[in-house]
Amino acid sequence: MATNTSTAANLPPASEALKKSQPKSMLRIAISQLFEHRLAVISLVVITLFLGVAVFADVISWATGIDPDAQDIMNRYGPWTPQNWLGTDEVGRDVLIRLVYGTRISLMVAILVAISSTIIGISVGAIAGYFGGFIDSFLMRVTDSLLALPLIPVLIIMASVDHTKIPLFSLISPESISIVKMVLVLLTFSWMVQGRLVRGEVLALKEQEYILAAKTSGMSSFAIIMKELLPNIMTPVIVSVTLTVGSSILFEAALSFLGLGIQPPTPTWGNMLNNAQEIIYSAPLLAVIPGILILIIVISFNFLGDGLQDALDPKAIRR
Amino acid sequence: MTAYIIRRLIQTIIVVLLLSFVSYALMGLMPGDPLDIACQANPHCTPENLDQMKKALGLDQPVYVRYFKWLQGFMTGDLGYSRTYRLPITDILIPRLINTLYLSVTSLVLSIIIAIPLGVFTSLRPNTKFDYTLNMFAFAGISIPSFWLALMLIIIFAVKLQIFPASGIETIGLEGEISTFEIVWDRINHLVLPVTTLSLLTVAFWVRYTRAKMLETMRFDYIRTARAKGLPESRVIYMHGLRNALIPVVTVIALGFSSIFSGAVITETVFAYLGAGKLIFDSIFANDYNMAMCSFIITSFMVLMMNLFADLLYAYLDPRISYT
Repeated sequence: MATNTSTAANLPPASEALKKSQPKSMLRIAISQLFEHRLAVISLVVITLFLGVAVFADVISWATGIDPDAQDIMNRYGPWTPQNWLGTDEVGRDVLIRLVYGTRISLMVAILVAISSTIIGISVGAIAGYFGGFIDSFLMRVTDSLLALPLIPVLIIMASVDHTKIPLFSLISPESISIVKMVLVLLTFSWMVQGRLVRGEVLALKEQEYILAAKTSGMSSFAIIMKELLPNIMTPVIVSVTLTVGSSILFEAALSFLGLGIQPPTPTWGNMLNNAQEIIYSAPLLAVIPGILILIIVISFNFLGDGLQDALDPKAIRR
Repeated sequence: MTAYIIRRLIQTIIVVLLLSFVSYALMGLMPGDPLDIACQANPHCTPENLDQMKKALGLDQPVYVRYFKWLQGFMTGDLGYSRTYRLPITDILIPRLINTLYLSVTSLVLSIIIAIPLGVFTSLRPNTKFDYTLNMFAFAGISIPSFWLALMLIIIFAVKLQIFPASGIETIGLEGEISTFEIVWDRINHLVLPVTTLSLLTVAFWVRYTRAKMLETMRFDYIRTARAKGLPESRVIYMHGLRNALIPVVTVIALGFSSIFSGAVITETVFAYLGAGKLIFDSIFANDYNMAMCSFIITSFMVLMMNLFADLLYAYLDPRISYT
């Protein structure tokens, strides 16, 4: 394995354990580097915890016997008690169990947006970078134009559309329609960064000999992109997926907070804050907790992205 | 260079036209048709009346025909009237845009003053405790939901401590009773919380960016050359390092202005600050589609022009970039 001497000057010296060890696979190097990034490891634990809560929301509801939609008008703005750990909201629903279900919806939307925007970004970027010429300049014009738009106002306009006036949307069940709409709206404006990134990487790689070899051996363009190019550009893509999850959580929360996103009674962190906004004078805690959860999960995804960047970037690998 | 600017201008205009068409079509898909609402409110209105009225106003025509009619008016300076305010669009929009400009410019200036010195300062001490702490704060700054930060600032400073007002642009009902200086002071007081909200994200982002660019620049060969020929360290840092590192930072600042401008929508809404962003949001909710359309397109156009300006500035400042 070739030694890489272009270690960044500001990195701490390689740990002794790494120096002594036998040649490792790239994956093991990456993992051991990720574990050196303490914040990234903590973030990974936090994210796993939240994902666990999201997956087992029904189990938690069943085990505690609390229904997220059960109202109790006699017990509005209830205090923190052994039954309602975080009290109750304006119609007497348990705040904790709604946060649990909110975690499920918010994470699901963000992960769906991140994965599908990556697929679109990779397709656009790879096609533009690989084929070049007119396709490239057309796709990049579209990407640049979308990137230049004022994101928040455009998202507000898109999200205000009445879905019952769009024919295709009648096929979706009414409970999940605002979730589908949210994913589609966020997706429209989140693939461009990945698109640009992938195009840049493909442009840099496509002149290399192994691509030429693949071409001369008669591989189809599709096969070259899928089998030769994509595996070599996964590093920045993985990092950007992580960061997109974080930003999608923020945008979903912002739109739901404005009342344009996922509609109640389906709880998300954003629309819980929308309800809480009107009562910050009487019940400020209802506004505090969902926001702290958003901050924790988004900062975790950002730290993880940062750690992955360090761990996967061959220029930063210390051996 | 001129050819490049002209090409980019044409491109921007095409984007604005496409954007205005798409948003025009989307507005037609929003809930609540003003005529339907008016008809429901009037017991004498029959469905036939409604059809007649729609025909008379040209609302039965396909969307592109209506769009071109609207565009024609827009281009000739006839923006029409707002349905809810019952005033010409320009009478409402211009003061709102000026308010947003106050908010954005103040945040921008504040962010520059805080972020760039901090970024440079921390880049000269990489991997120290200060660097790590600042990095943590910067990460928190880019991860915090701005509307939640706004709510927290209101709870702490307006509800609990009662230092700053929670909303609005000025205290209502004081006209004529206080001096000009007090009016200005009152407006500044109303700006504090929104500006803090709006600046935090920008500061966090720019600190990280300035630090990264500064570290990158300090590794170039010309820095080594400058040191080798015996220049004092301060000269190496500020004349050779900082000046080169600032090139990309200046572009990011120019881009930052447009992102502050569009991010202001959320901040203005939470603080009930009467700016252009809140106007877009409110008019959509009030089914005031002409108002929403005009304020959205004009705001977008301003943002696109600022982005174009950022690109041109970058090409101008950095001779390594070619204008093709």
